[in-house]
Order: sequence, then C-alpha cells, then structure tokens
Amino acid sequence: MLNQLIGVRDWVDARFPLTKLWNEHLAEYYAPKNFNFWYYFGALSLVLLVNQLLTGIWLTMHYKPDANLAFASVEYIMRDVPWGYLIRYMHSTGASAFFVVIYLHMFRGLLYGSYKQPRELLWLVGMALYMALMAEAFMGYLLPWGQMSFWGAQVIISLFGALPFGIGEALSLWIRGDYVVSDATLNRFFALHVVALPLVLLGLVAAHLIALHEVGSNNPDGVEIKKNKNEDGIPKDGIPFHPYYTVKDLMGIGVFLIGFAAVVFFAPEFFGWFLERDNFIPADPLKTPEHIVPLWYFTPFYAILRAIPDKLTGVLAMGASIFFLFVLPWLDRHPIKSFRYRSPLFRLLLWVFAVVFVTLGYLGTQPATQVASEIGLRAAELYFMFFLILWLYSDERSAAIHFQTFVVLVIVMLAIDVIRYDEAKSGLIMLSALLPLGYMFVFTLGPVFTRLNESRAVPERVTS
Amino acid sequence: MSYGGVDQGRRRFLTATTTVVGAVGAAYTAVPFIASWAPSARARAIGAPVQIDFGKLEPGMQMRVKWRGKPVFVLKRTQEALDSLKAVEGSLRDPSSNEDQQPAYVDSKTRSIRPDVLVLVGICTHLGCSPTMVKASDAHSLGDDWQGGYYCPCHGSRFDFAGRVYSGVPAPTNLEVPPHHFVGDSGLVIGDDGGNA
Repeated sequence: MLNQLIGVRDWVDARFPLTKLWNEHLAEYYAPKNFNFWYYFGALSLVLLVNQLLTGIWLTMHYKPDANLAFASVEYIMRDVPWGYLIRYMHSTGASAFFVVIYLHMFRGLLYGSYKQPRELLWLVGMALYMALMAEAFMGYLLPWGQMSFWGAQVIISLFGALPFGIGEALSLWIRGDYVVSDATLNRFFALHVVALPLVLLGLVAAHLIALHEVGSNNPDGVEIKKNKNEDGIPKDGIPFHPYYTVKDLMGIGVFLIGFAAVVFFAPEFFGWFLERDNFIPADPLKTPEHIVPLWYFTPFYAILRAIPDKLTGVLAMGASIFFLFVLPWLDRHPIKSFRYRSPLFRLLLWVFAVVFVTLGYLGTQPATQVASEIGLRAAELYFMFFLILWLYSDERSAAIHFQTFVVLVIVMLAIDVIRYDEAKSGLIMLSALLPLGYMFVFTLGPVFTRLNESRAVPERVTS
Repeated sequence: MSYGGVDQGRRRFLTATTTVVGAVGAAYTAVPFIASWAPSARARAIGAPVQIDFGKLEPGMQMRVKWRGKPVFVLKRTQEALDSLKAVEGSLRDPSSNEDQQPAYVDSKTRSIRPDVLVLVGICTHLGCSPTMVKASDAHSLGDDWQGGYYCPCHGSRFDFAGRVYSGVPAPTNLEVPPHHFVGDSGLVIGDDGGNA
C-alpha cells in the first residue's frame, strides 16, 4: 500500500514539482525559532481569505446585483435561504476580522522592522494587498444597497471629484457610470468585487508568499538567521515551517475561530460596528442619513480627510497618509530592525503612533463637532510627524539637525493654524496646539538633551 | 554567447517595431473596455426635465424632487429667511455667487428667480451628501448665531437660505441651482431654462 502511494508520488514528481514545492515552502522552509504571538496574523489572514472566497461564492448564488432587487435579495438570503443568514454573517464578520488581522499583521511589521532591507518588496506587495483589500471591502459594502452602502459610496467616489481641472468630475462620472450612484454603479462594483479584485488579491498573495520565502521571515529580534548557518547550510536558529509552525498556526487558528464563531453567532452586527444600523434601510437617493460613517476599518483615513476644512487638501492628505506607509522602508533606514533593541524614544514613538491611529479611527466614527474636528486635526498632525521622526531617528544626526527639525515643525504647525484661524475657536486651537508641540519637543529635542535615543546592542543569535 | 552570423541590428529593429505595433494595438484594444464605463445611452437619456406643482407649499416648507436621480430642494422662503441672507453675508465664502454654480438668470444674492422660491440641487459640493434644512428655531447645535439654512451631516458644511456656502467649512462652492423656470403661479419645471438662457 505504502509502496503504491510512493509510486503515485514519484509518478507525479516526474511530471510536476510536487515534492519540490512542498519542501521549498513547508518542510524545508526554515523559519526563525523565536516567532511569538504577533506571527499568527499572516496565517490567519489566509484563513480569512478562504472564508471570504467560500462564503462569497455561496452568496452570489442568491444575491441579485440590481438596484431594484439587491436589498430584497439580501433580506431573502437572511430569511428564506437555508443557512443563508449564517453564510452572510460569516462573510460580513469575516470582512471586519480580515482588517483586524491585517492591521495587527502590519503593526507587527512596524514593531520588528520587517519592512527593512531586504524585505522592502515584501512590504510593497503587502501594501498593494492592503489597497486591494480596501477596494474589495468598499465595493462589497455597496452590494446590500442600504442607506449606508449608497451614501458611503457616494462620498468615497466623490473623493475623486476633488482633483482639479475637471479631471476629478470626469473620473467620478466614469467610475459611477451615471450622474449619481445607481444601478450601473452597483452592477460594476459587483463584477469587480466578485471577479476582478479576488483575482488581484490571489495574485498578490502568491507574490507576497514567493517574496517572503525568497528573503526568509524576519523575527522579533530582527536578526537575520541566514547569517548563521550550520555545515549543512541550514540556519542554526531556523526550524522547518512544517511541522513546527503549521502546528503552532493551527493552534492559533483554533483560538481565533472560537472568537470568530462567538461574533458570528452572538453579535454579528457587533453593536453597529460590523454592520451599520442605517444599512438596514433601503438606499434612498433623496435622503442622507443623519450621521454617515464608513465602516470602522476606513475611519482613521476618513478622520484625516474630515479634519481638514478644505476639499482638495483633505483628499490629498488622505492620499498622503496611505502613501507614507508605502515608502516606510525608505523613511526608516535605521540598521536595527526590531524595536526591542531600538531606543526608548523610538519605542515611545511607535506606541504613540498606534494610539494616534486608534484615536483617528474612533474620531472617524463620531459626528464632526468642533472639538472632535480639532482633535482630529491634531491627531492627523501627529500621524504625519511620525514619519518625519522615523526619518530623523534612522541615522546618527547632529544636534543642529534635531533643532532645525523642531523649528521647521513648529513653523509648519503655526502656518497651518494661522491659515485656518477662526476667532470663534481660538481658545480651542491654542489649547490643542499643546499636543503637537509636546510631541515635537519630546521627539526632536529629547535625543539632544537626554540619552533616551540610544539603541542597545543587537545579539548575534535570536534569543530564546 | 555567440551570435553566429545573426544580424543583430536587423533583429533589434524587428523586435522594436513589433513591440511598437503591438503596444499601439493593445492601446486601441483598451479603448472599448475603458469607454464602456462611461454613462450608457440610457443613463444619458434619463436627464429629462421634471415638472411639479408647489402650490401646497407653505412659507418655510420645502419639498424634495428627484431630477436626474438627484434630490432637488424646492423651498418656499419666509420673509425672515430672506432677511437672514443679508445678515450672514460677512461669513460666506462667495456671497455674490461669482462661482459658476447657478444659471445667469437668477439673482446673485437670493440665487432665485422669484425671491420666495429657492430651487437647489440638494447635493453638498464637498462629497455629495444631501444637506438638511435647519431653521434657527429648530433644535440644533450649530451655535447661537445660526441664522438658519442648510447643514451637511457628513462633514459639517454649512449653507445659508440661498445655498451659499459659509467660509471655514469643507465644501468649496455654493450649492448648485439647476436650470428651472416657472409655469403660471405654482408650476415649476426643473432641468429646463424655459427660454430664459
């Protein structure tokens, strides 16, 4: 029996590199032995991709991409299709879970410098995946044709309309295929959501994995394990991905699925965060809901857009907030990868960035009151300064450069405040200015007056 | 590598010309795919004018009409609303309607043909939400000096009772006034100049 199986394997191997692929990507792919909790999220995002594809294919069997039928067909799935409610909730919860996992996966990259040389392309492919995923989620959200679907799409497509010289108007008309979001828009978004973007996603995932397996995984110590090989050419700190990490990831997937199932079964709307309440009202092109917000995973960028009281600048700032993530490998060129061995100030910088990102995300879900908009603008300032400080810290720089950076930042901030000065909220502007001022002070002058920006020695081999 | 007798110049020329011809072909092939995203003939034909009767509208009341798929506000302005237009002029971005957001035949201050009837496309010029009418007497959080007008719930843009935008809000221009004309005392045609232009 066993001999027969081996015979089949050899027959295939002579015609297709089955064993070769298995070895290259699993059994003989050596990953660092010190992966921790943060290393679950890559595997989890693959699980979610499969979940989205599977449930998505089943949903298309009952859904109707037609402005007159779409809303009712979703209700039909929820009420009449056997197990339809479960498949739809798995899909909607899966979308949000996907972003939870992806954000943690990306933050892992920040913590351990996984975007740095030689993994720049890996990071770029990952960012492209993130973009494609955002497009996929945005287009999918139009399909239920509820109030939030409709007005959310209206707002996001109008973003392109901010481009000058009539390009913007023409572009948003071209995307919509009509003068307003309509059946034409719904139909093409369906095609893109169901066919085009999943193909793009799958291709990018393949590229991401190929790039990863070419350069090898980073690890919490940021030590290149390929620099320490034994006589057989195997990294001393490496262990084969299979069985060690397949088993570890399976455990993580098990724990994750418990939480996932809990949300799917007990709180699929997740208190209005995963499925917004206004989306249970059919789309009405004549009436905008009182309070429109995109889904939570877009809100950090949305908050930046909203914080700026000028249409074109707001849209450009939102674009820039994503662009800076793309060029991260070229902004932060510090030779030490992991935050473990970088300076206390750097570690503070990183966690402040995480807090700023979450704050922006929260503000994006709240009504645009005066105070909220003001905090939003300050948080946006902190968001952009993070990238400048990353650059500042990526090399040994003189005290003069630190001072100059400080002065330039203060001038830019003051200029922004002068332009947008408004008598009615002068007190608010001055009070909130303390936030970016404190940030600039600590992060640009801290390294000059304290020893808090000194890195620690990186060990030769990975620890534990 | 040896090119044993191969004419390199000829090979490069053939490769380059084939590439150019292929690229031109690919560009032409892309045209139908890109152009098919433009509004269809049917979508373009639907932009016909709509006629309504606003005779039942009391002063201070507004109705929403669908024109080209967009909401159009028809507001019967009260005298207070008309008076407020002068009072707020100092805080507006374009009080005299210099931007091309209305037909030439409407008044530049009241932005209407008849002072008492305002016709606006109810789409915010920022990102396309539909603003809400908020009167000074309504419960609102727009500050004590709010004179009434339109407020966009999405990003907080404000407009007065002539659809003129306040300064310091994200919307860049006044709300659009569609082409329109009156028929008799209470008839209104939206989407057609009626020979005014």
